[in-house]
Amino acid sequence: MTAEFFLANRPLWGVLISMAAAGLILLNDRRPLIRESITMLAAAGKFIIVLSMLPEVLAGKLVETVPWTAAAGISLHFKADPLGLLFALLSSGLWIVTSVYNIGYMRAMRYGHETGYYAAFALCLSATMGIAFAANLLTFFIFYEILTIATYPLVIHARTDEAVAGGRKYLVYTLAAGQLLLLAIVGVQIMVPEAEFTPGGFLAGQAPPALLGVLFILFMAGVGVKSAIMPLHGWLPTAMVAPTPVSALLHAVAVVKAGAFGVLRVVGYVFGPELINSTASGKILVGFAAATIILASLRALAEDNLKRRLAYSTVGQLSYIVLGAGLATPLAFLGGIMHIVAHAFMKITLFFCAGAVYATAHKERVSEIGGTGKEMPVTMAAFLLGSLGIAGIPFFAGFVSKWNLGLGALEAGNIFVILVLIASALLSTGYLLPVAIQAFFGRSSGTHHGGEAKPSLLYPLVITACISIILGVFPNIGLKFYELALAAVQSVFGATSSIAMGGQ
Amino acid sequence: MTEQFPALIVVAPLVAALLVPLTARLSLAVTYCLILVSLMVSLTGALSALRYSLVEGAWHYYFGGWPPPWGIEYVVDPLAGIITSLVGLFGILVFFYSIPFLAGKEPREKGYFYSLYLLLLAGLLGIVATGDVFNLYVFLEISSLAAYALIAFGGHQGVVAGFRYLLVGTAAGTLYLLGVGYTYAVTGSLNMADLGNLLASLQSSRPVILAVALIVTGLGIKMALFPLYGWLPDAYSLSPPGVAPLIAGVMGKVSAYALYRLLYFVFKPGGPVLQVLDVVGWLAAAGIIVGSVMAIAQKEFGRMLAYSSVSQMGYIALGIAIGNAAALTGTLLHIFSHAVAKGCLFMVAGNGSWWGRRKISEMAGMSKAMPLTSATLVVASLSMVGLPPTAGFFSKWYLLMGAVEKGSWIYAVILVISSLLTAIYFFRVLEHVYLKKDPGASLGTPAEEGRSLRGWELAPSMLVPTLLLGLGILALGLFNAPFVDGLLKFSLPWRTW
Repeated sequence: MTAEFFLANRPLWGVLISMAAAGLILLNDRRPLIRESITMLAAAGKFIIVLSMLPEVLAGKLVETVPWTAAAGISLHFKADPLGLLFALLSSGLWIVTSVYNIGYMRAMRYGHETGYYAAFALCLSATMGIAFAANLLTFFIFYEILTIATYPLVIHARTDEAVAGGRKYLVYTLAAGQLLLLAIVGVQIMVPEAEFTPGGFLAGQAPPALLGVLFILFMAGVGVKSAIMPLHGWLPTAMVAPTPVSALLHAVAVVKAGAFGVLRVVGYVFGPELINSTASGKILVGFAAATIILASLRALAEDNLKRRLAYSTVGQLSYIVLGAGLATPLAFLGGIMHIVAHAFMKITLFFCAGAVYATAHKERVSEIGGTGKEMPVTMAAFLLGSLGIAGIPFFAGFVSKWNLGLGALEAGNIFVILVLIASALLSTGYLLPVAIQAFFGRSSGTHHGGEAKPSLLYPLVITACISIILGVFPNIGLKFYELALAAVQSVFGATSSIAMGGQ
Repeated sequence: MTEQFPALIVVAPLVAALLVPLTARLSLAVTYCLILVSLMVSLTGALSALRYSLVEGAWHYYFGGWPPPWGIEYVVDPLAGIITSLVGLFGILVFFYSIPFLAGKEPREKGYFYSLYLLLLAGLLGIVATGDVFNLYVFLEISSLAAYALIAFGGHQGVVAGFRYLLVGTAAGTLYLLGVGYTYAVTGSLNMADLGNLLASLQSSRPVILAVALIVTGLGIKMALFPLYGWLPDAYSLSPPGVAPLIAGVMGKVSAYALYRLLYFVFKPGGPVLQVLDVVGWLAAAGIIVGSVMAIAQKEFGRMLAYSSVSQMGYIALGIAIGNAAALTGTLLHIFSHAVAKGCLFMVAGNGSWWGRRKISEMAGMSKAMPLTSATLVVASLSMVGLPPTAGFFSKWYLLMGAVEKGSWIYAVILVISSLLTAIYFFRVLEHVYLKKDPGASLGTPAEEGRSLRGWELAPSMLVPTLLLGLGILALGLFNAPFVDGLLKFSLPWRTW
């Protein structure tokens, strides 16, 4: 086993490391310490493996490997390209933070039967890497479905009737979507047997427009459920019965972003922006995304359960990414990609805060949150920062992506989208800021005097809150998310695009 | 010795079937050894014939030295080789699996049971290995008669189920025989290869059209093609749990093999066959949906699995009906993936019934008491639904490719809908197994009391075959490409390599 073999197969190791960890965790059923150490080691190892590919990808090289044949004539093909690496870096990096939080949270909540929980969590991250690095549609689909199944035990973890019902709803939505996606993929595979994700798309001219339209609808229904485009979003708020770390990493980053990532992959690398812009499909997608942004924000205003409010906020925010894909201009695409990153840090912070409040003060409703700011000032300060970021205030991570989305809308001549962006910013201020205000200035309802959350809950949320500010000011610092996004956009749209004027 | 292997595939279990009732009265140990040796010989024969056929081409064996078309010929081409290997492998696994279920029985009874068991296997192997359409009928009847009697071993209800299957199965056999009669009347030949040549110019003659219709109906009953599946739910779910994995796992598959062999290698697509295939396609599609819907309505796990078989046999028939390379690959792969998965599921059902869990509601909390069986159930369920990376996904993938390539989007949509319906009834079971509380003491005691399991959830001879089939599902999924390229590709009616 030479070093070259190891280096060339890094995308594969990135996938396998947490799959192996899942197996080891299952073998250590009654040893919580070993189980948790395995999780931490796998998380760190995965991040290092993914990170090691960054210099090469930034230099314009692709780390590519074909370790196996998935089905006759179609290889299991992994390729770390800028877009995939960005998603992989993001989810593997946040897995480390979440693992720390996970251990603190699960110990505080005392659910029991946690072996399967940690194993399924690790398996989810494997599937996410597979999705990020998939270089063809079948590889993408295999890991997409593994992610669907691996998330199910996490949703139903509480074993209550509510959790079981939430799990059922989740399965109905995601399995149905998976089958539609499968139909679309089979259709493409028949038309273009050698199909691989190609920057700029490969479907143009391969089929009559009507058939392409049907395929586009199937694709969007397939990936649209995970990215919660209305009316396909119903499972996400219900899935909030899952333990908070699941809501934080999977229902704000890995699973839902796998859907949004799928939208970007399909638009940018299967159909291609030219094809999307030459038909009405892009406009229809923009319409759905815009409606989702507004309706989900309105729905969030009316929600009293904090996690469900955050879930509706996620539904709305995910559609920013879909919006970027639908507009299919370089800047909009850039904004969409950057929003994957920005929203991840901000929303995971908010969920961490909600979970910390729940685990420490046992409050899960917005109406009972009054006074929490005095008890848990750091937590609620982080919540405030996250809220401001979601609202898109300058110098927060959310601003960079929204600014580019706005410019992209101008580029496409779509003033309507700009109005939607402004309305959404106001609405998100409306549903998130009152939570923080209530927490700091509202009257305390309970008799809780436990003080701040314990360190294993507090540090992760402070870290993610800080990063979301740093990324707002220097979007390219550290993991070079901005450069990766830019490289992805340039590959999809060609180097001569209007991207040079992008706001950095 | 080696040139006799194709004959040994069938002859070894046949001879053992005759000896077993005698030796069982003398010594059980000798009997079990005899059974095992005959099964091993049969499997070795199948595997070496398969290897030979891949390297040197189909292996022909003339019984009594009479060359075809006069004598009876055995032909082991790659297709027959892989199916006989599958049946042979099942024979060994299910033999081990069945041992604990017979623990309380008298040696005499065991002798009869295993004699029938071997007879069933010999019949199934013979159907696959033979190159003669009348000889196929003989083996069809041997396997059917053995199966009726074995099902009747399953208690009072089993007797009724067995009798019903006897009536329906005899009708099926007779229809098939009539069809053979018509072809013989027209061609004067019973040899498959010979018939294949002779029938080419007779495609539109009326007796041939009638023969195709009769044969497809007869084999359609045997493989439970919609709407001819009425015998199946009772026969599968009421047969003794020890042999249910064999009956449900490979018996229908062998009939499906016979249908594929006759339609694509003897009658050959063209003329009446194409029209029949059209009808088969729609019936298969209807069966896929109806089987799933009926499965959703079941309360008993075994019956749910039986109706699920109606649906899954529809997949196999659908691939035969679509008839392009991708779809036929899907059919062949599904013969394997469904045999392994359904055999595995019937073992899970048997393991459950060992502890008195027969209804789905009684399986509540099974994950605590039987973690390994439950984990296997998860894998098998995922394969039935058709989720990657299990075998069931990939056979569905090839079938979908075939359907879309032919432009039959409606078949593709039906396959996809069936996946969702299948998900409904399998996830309901998984919910019970993993999420519901164990009813505990209300359940019956183990079938045989006082057996020391030393912390195992079951006797190893039951648990190991279950786990092996579970691993087989994963292996078949992960290694589907080498399997297709190395074996199934050579089992298509045309040379695609």
